[in-house]
Amino acid sequence: MFYREAGDFKTSYPDDSQTFPIRFDRLGYYAVLLLGFVVLPFVLNDYWTNAVFIPFLIYAIAALGLNILVGYCGQLSLGTGGFMAVGAYACYKLTTAFPDINIVFHILGAGIITAGVGLLFGLPSLRIKGFYLAVATLAAQFFLVWLFNRVPWFYNYSASGQISMPERTVFGIAVTGAQVAPWAGYMVCLVFVVVLAWMARNLTRGATGRKWMAIRDMDIAAEIIGVNPLRAKLTAFAVSSFYVGIAGALFFSVYLGAVEVGEAFGIEKSFAVLFMIIIGGLGSIFGSFAGAAFMVVLPVLIKLVLVDSWGWPTDLAAHIRLMIVGALIIIFLIAEPHGMAQLWRVTKDKLRLWPFPH
Amino acid sequence: MKLKLATLALATGLMGGVLTAAPAMADLVFPSLSYRTGPYAANGIPFADGYADYMTLLNERDGGIGGEKVKLLECETGYNTEKGVECYESTKGSGALVYQPLSTGITYQLIPKASADGIPMLTSGYGRTSAADGKVFKWIFNFPANYWDGASIMVKYLLSQNNDSLKGKKIALVYHNSAYGKEPIRTLQELEKMYGFKLSLIPVDHPGQEQKSQWLQIRRDKPDYVLMWGWGVMNPVAIQEAANIRFPMDHFIGIWWSGSENDVKPVGAKADGYKALNFNGVGDDFPVYGDLKKYVYDAGKAAGAGDQKGTVLYNRGLYAAFLVTQAAKLAQQDTGKPQITPADMRDALEKLDISDKVMADAGMAGFGATFKVSCANHGGPGEAKVNQWDAKAGKWKVVTDWITSDKKVIDPLIEEDAAAYAKENNITPRADCN
Amino acid sequence: MVLPDQVLYAMEAALNGLLSGVMYALVALGFVLIFKASGVFNYAQGVMALFAALTLVGIQQGQVPFADVINLIPGVEVHGFGWTVPALLAIVLTGLVMIGMALIIEALILKHLVNQPPIILFMATIGLAYFLEGLGDTMWGADIKTMDVGLPQGMSGTIDTVTNAWFGYGFYVDQLNIVATVVAAVLVALLMLFSQYSKQGRALRAVADDHQAALSVGISLRFIWVLVWSIAGFVALVAGIMWGARSGVQFSLSLIALKALPVLMLGGFTSIPGAIVGGLIIGVGEQLFEFWVGPLVGGATENWFAYVLALVFLVFRPQGLFGEKIIERV
Repeated sequence: MFYREAGDFKTSYPDDSQTFPIRFDRLGYYAVLLLGFVVLPFVLNDYWTNAVFIPFLIYAIAALGLNILVGYCGQLSLGTGGFMAVGAYACYKLTTAFPDINIVFHILGAGIITAGVGLLFGLPSLRIKGFYLAVATLAAQFFLVWLFNRVPWFYNYSASGQISMPERTVFGIAVTGAQVAPWAGYMVCLVFVVVLAWMARNLTRGATGRKWMAIRDMDIAAEIIGVNPLRAKLTAFAVSSFYVGIAGALFFSVYLGAVEVGEAFGIEKSFAVLFMIIIGGLGSIFGSFAGAAFMVVLPVLIKLVLVDSWGWPTDLAAHIRLMIVGALIIIFLIAEPHGMAQLWRVTKDKLRLWPFPH
Repeated sequence: MKLKLATLALATGLMGGVLTAAPAMADLVFPSLSYRTGPYAANGIPFADGYADYMTLLNERDGGIGGEKVKLLECETGYNTEKGVECYESTKGSGALVYQPLSTGITYQLIPKASADGIPMLTSGYGRTSAADGKVFKWIFNFPANYWDGASIMVKYLLSQNNDSLKGKKIALVYHNSAYGKEPIRTLQELEKMYGFKLSLIPVDHPGQEQKSQWLQIRRDKPDYVLMWGWGVMNPVAIQEAANIRFPMDHFIGIWWSGSENDVKPVGAKADGYKALNFNGVGDDFPVYGDLKKYVYDAGKAAGAGDQKGTVLYNRGLYAAFLVTQAAKLAQQDTGKPQITPADMRDALEKLDISDKVMADAGMAGFGATFKVSCANHGGPGEAKVNQWDAKAGKWKVVTDWITSDKKVIDPLIEEDAAAYAKENNITPRADCN
Repeated sequence: MVLPDQVLYAMEAALNGLLSGVMYALVALGFVLIFKASGVFNYAQGVMALFAALTLVGIQQGQVPFADVINLIPGVEVHGFGWTVPALLAIVLTGLVMIGMALIIEALILKHLVNQPPIILFMATIGLAYFLEGLGDTMWGADIKTMDVGLPQGMSGTIDTVTNAWFGYGFYVDQLNIVATVVAAVLVALLMLFSQYSKQGRALRAVADDHQAALSVGISLRFIWVLVWSIAGFVALVAGIMWGARSGVQFSLSLIALKALPVLMLGGFTSIPGAIVGGLIIGVGEQLFEFWVGPLVGGATENWFAYVLALVFLVFRPQGLFGEKIIERV
């Protein structure tokens, strides 16, 4: 009824190759942007911003990054936590070394530094494949965490080894530190998310993305048809790490404000982000968002239902929550191994024909 | 995108319904950010139980504090900083009076948030040490003792054992390789210079199940004493390994977070003689336990499984609850109103005077050190006792009186760190303190 | 014989490394078994060890499963059955529980995920890991428990005296590690005998070689999966006992899986001897690295060193030391 291309004539190539060729989709996209930029900042309170939306946006960036590597290029990585730590520490070092430069540039710089580190740890991928590579990226994870914990220069020789974010402003409005208004932090994350998602979308449907996908589908075949595996794999590692690094920088500076590397960027983080993209859908931009939303909102939701409204003891609720999350993951994998993105695709196909499917 | 919206809408709807179940504002709200799950659950459970049971006792026996019922808001953090933030945000709107997160990581995160929101935080024996400087950290308290006190107390105890001289002695520090474990290093290095002992640092990475190489190193180096800053599974493993290499147990001293029953019991008889610092009473030989039995345990209102009473960490939970409720009482007296605000609570915490009489009145005579908090000193006296594990009796024995830390060493360090924090965050130290 | 101190210390470290390596190999064994037979990289192996250990202690001490949930019902208050079960019987009962678990896992998860790509199966086992973690806590409570099945612990006096007589320096070896080594040897021998000489064992090897060929000669894949998950459950129980005896049974026990991963990389996912040799190499490498290099870089290297070592090996042999050679065709 609403969702169809009939009557939506394209008269130019740019029109034809736009991201949302169907008008309904496009309008929906603008509506979401409008909601995100204009409505939500005014209605969100502290709890919703700090406990749900900011982590959701940041995890969405990390999931986008990992999805580029795993979903588009087929290189399984479990080093996400470590790379996020690189982003966080790079951001901290940059902003304490150059306090006068705008924090946005520090976050971007953190992304670039992480891209370099990712490139380095991506080198073994030229020889190692599959699960062996996944376990090899764990080397990055553990080594990086150890490094940041060990070398006092990274945490500016503070007594405890924690790094804490000083107050920084964008256009005179505090976005990090103690006095930050909830909407300010949210807006910074949102801008990064929108720009990065737009970039990811266009990268993945361009030549680079096609090369990645060729490598993912079969690297030897790709090599034969002229894709340089070295370049393709390493660009995937670099771009992916750039995203993950920015996520790490935001995670530290805007979301938590103080982190301890082993606790905040441990192996659990790597698994959590991997979950997001698998639940959401490998090789899908929308999937990265859906997966991040699922993994951020679900635990909060379960907690609210079990503890706050049913009054269960918190420990029992936490145990049951683990069981529910675990069971849901399995159910999801059984019901739809291609993730929520696939569900969405199926829905769209159905919608096109609805209400007259024959 | 639409699916996300739909889920969001659904979630909003659901939670909107759920959030209305927030507690009535009329109670005195004490959030308890506990962890009964995760890697440190074994230690989080007794503390949370003690905290909850003391609050229940006040409600059942006295009808609350000053006629106002106490409302305990428990929120599970799993010792995870992200969940800690979630818990803080979800409880702060319900009139939370004071936070005690029992996690150094969460504390660091909440220091700026709580200061900005104007809610005091008490981190007894953990958290950011320099929060003892009330001039910079207006909303944060960490009495009665902090990690640097702990390091100094250990060295003082060792001095007393060695005729006041540690010259040429070798001391090893086995520590959890995290923010928490690294805290004492600076203080110990200062003390090393002062007393001429030789300090060696032996880190153990989380979780610390495998410590073979560390203890082989200790066996080779043969230090005279081993100090430990451990947490979670690291503690029993370390004590086990120490027993295995036949390190004399009474030369092995842990900080207060390495001195609970959970740490020594898995090791069995060989843990006998292990020592640890402690700043709260041990055992259940206090009058308050009579009341607890009468009003809480026998009434079936005990928190958790109800099997933790008398353990070190349970008592620490009781003590933590005692300190903040005492401050709440004081705040009620000062303001003359039964309903107090977090700001009143802060003022009261700053004037808190824990005398022998106050403790005796609460049925907890000698449970903790006597101390007075002041505007400038949020850190309390820095006193602790040395406990020793008696494996046969299955009990901790108190083997010393209160030992006071060496403030001459620690105060400059605190001042330096607090000044650095103030500079980094553009805080002007309060002028109304002296 | 008089050797320089440093050499003696290094020898001691290496010996201890070997024995720790056996402990790692114990965990890695379970991974290999399942990967060989079903191509599943079972991340839940560590949690299975925790779950098995929790169940063992729970049965032994007569705890009521799900006591916390039962106590939620108003007016009901249970704490324990009030009996204790002998260790051996408890081990057998736990073994039965693990077999039951294998049946359930096969029926509820594996059956539905046939033919999915490995990463999906891998993620499913992580989901399983979460679930079991929650289940273990709900059933038996999250407090720390003491594992007591009568294993010896502490420094071995014999080795101390013998080495003292030889070198003038007594080596430190934990008795528990010696027991673990013996148990691991027996376990591997049994597994070898089973897979070489029993009908099911041969079927198991056939499945490992080629699923479809095995199916076509009438081997029930489902039965083999249940069998292999049961065996892996039993191996997890053994690992849980050994590790639990040292540190008490609690959440952190599940993290031993992370110790097994580099062992697997090194030895190859498909080789039982690989798991053993990989374990030994990692164990020794870790100890010697910590001994020589650790003090220079500030210690606590064991969390990452194993991974980096395995990574270096992999760059030269991408399929691990004993893994099957990967042949790629277009």
